[in-house]
Amino acid sequence: MTNHSWIVISQADPRPLYLQVIEQVERRVAVGDLPPGTELPSIRQLASELQVSVITIKRAYLELERDGVISTRQGKGSVVADRPNLQESIQVRELKTQLARAADLALLLGLSRTELHKRLIEAVEQAQRGNP
Amino acid sequence: MIHETGVAVSTKTESAITLSHVSKRYRHFTLSDISLDFPRGTVVGLIGPNGAGKSTIMRIMMGLVAPDSGSVSVLGQPISSNQAAAKREIGYFSEDMRLYKRESIGWHLQFVRSVFPGWDDDYASQLLSRFGLNPEQHVKGLSQGQRVKAVLLLLLARRPQLLILDEPTNGLDPVARHEILTELMRVVEDENRTVLFSSHNTQDVEKLSDSITFIDRGRVIASRGRDEFLEQWRRIRLQAPAEWNVPAMPGIRLESQFRSQRVISMDQFDQAALDALQASGATLEGVERMTLEEIFVSCVMRGREETSP
Repeated sequence: MTNHSWIVISQADPRPLYLQVIEQVERRVAVGDLPPGTELPSIRQLASELQVSVITIKRAYLELERDGVISTRQGKGSVVADRPNLQESIQVRELKTQLARAADLALLLGLSRTELHKRLIEAVEQAQRGNP
Repeated sequence: MIHETGVAVSTKTESAITLSHVSKRYRHFTLSDISLDFPRGTVVGLIGPNGAGKSTIMRIMMGLVAPDSGSVSVLGQPISSNQAAAKREIGYFSEDMRLYKRESIGWHLQFVRSVFPGWDDDYASQLLSRFGLNPEQHVKGLSQGQRVKAVLLLLLARRPQLLILDEPTNGLDPVARHEILTELMRVVEDENRTVLFSSHNTQDVEKLSDSITFIDRGRVIASRGRDEFLEQWRRIRLQAPAEWNVPAMPGIRLESQFRSQRVISMDQFDQAALDALQASGATLEGVERMTLEEIFVSCVMRGREETSP
C-alpha cells in the first residue's frame, strides 16, 4: 500500500503549499534522486497527484525555473536543469539560508562572534562524530 | 470553583458512557468488540468514514438497537429500551429526526416543554436569538441549517446531562456550523455535562474534542486524548540507502518511498525513536507534526493493512 509520491505535502506546515513543493523538488535534486535531464510531471499531472491547485504548481515551477533548478521548453514540459554544479549550488543556497537563521538567533541571544564561532566548530565536530 | 455539594465533585470521576465488548452483526456489516469509556464533563469526538459504524454505536448507546453481546452503561445505568428515566437526561440528535412540518418552531417549544420537567425557558429564548430563529416560523419553510438548529435547540433547552449527536454539522454551511459548535462548547462549561458527537469532518472534531475515537469498518482503530494524538504522532522524512529497511519499532509505518527518500509516520514519537532511526543508517531530512486528518487517514490505512489477508 506504500505510495511512491516524490512529494509529500504536510497539512500541518503553515507555509504556502508552493514553497513546500519548491523545497522538496530542490532537496531531491540536491541529494541526486532527480539527476539533470529527469522529466518532471506536467503541472496538471502533479496538481492532480498532490490534490492541490494548478496555480500552486505553476508558481512552484516558475520559481524553480527562475532559480535555474528546472528548465521548461514550450510544449515539451519541464526537466531538471542540465547545469554544472546544480546539486552543489542548491546545497550552498540551503546552507546560506540556515546560516542566516542561525545568525538571527545569535543576534537575538546577544552572542559574541567568538562565542558563535566556538559553537559552530562544536556543531561541526558533533556532525563528524555522528556521521563518520 | 465552588461546588454546592460534595456530590457534584464525586460525579466528575464517573463515566458518562461505558461500552464493554459490544458486538452487533448485520448481513453486510459487523460491529466488532467495541470497548469504550468516556468520562463525564468531556467532549468526545467519534470520527469515521461513512458506513464505519458511528451511527450504530450511538443507537446502541441510546438503546435503540440491542447489541448481540457485550454491555452498555449510560450515566451509570445499564441501558435498555424501556428506560425512560435515564433517557430524560440524554439529548439524542440524528439526521432522520423530523419536526411537524405544519407547525411553528414556537409550537414545538411548547410541546417539548410540556414533556420535559427540566426545560429552561430563559435558555430557550437565548438560543432562539443566538441561532437567529423566529418562533413564528413554520417548519415547512426552514432551511437545512435552520432545521438542524431548531432540533438542537429543543434538545439543549431540556438541559440534559449527556448529548449524543450523530453528525450534527453534516451538510451545514460554515456559519451554521460555527454557531452550533460554539453552542456545544458552552454546554460543557458546566463540568458535569458530556457531549459525544460524530463527524467525518476532522476539523470540527479537532476544534472541540477533549478525546477522540477513530472508527473504521466496525472497529475502534484508535482512541486517545486530542492533545495526545497531536503530540505523539509525527511524519519523518529520511534519506536512506537502497538496502535500508524500516526498523522494527512499534507504531511505525512507511508512508511513501521515492528513490532515496523515505517518509514514515510514527504514533509514539520521542527522542529514543529519533535516535533509533538515525542509528539505522538513514539521514534525517525533517520531523513534522501532523493534522488530525492526516493522523486519521494514516490510522485507517494501518488498520486496513493489518486486516487485509
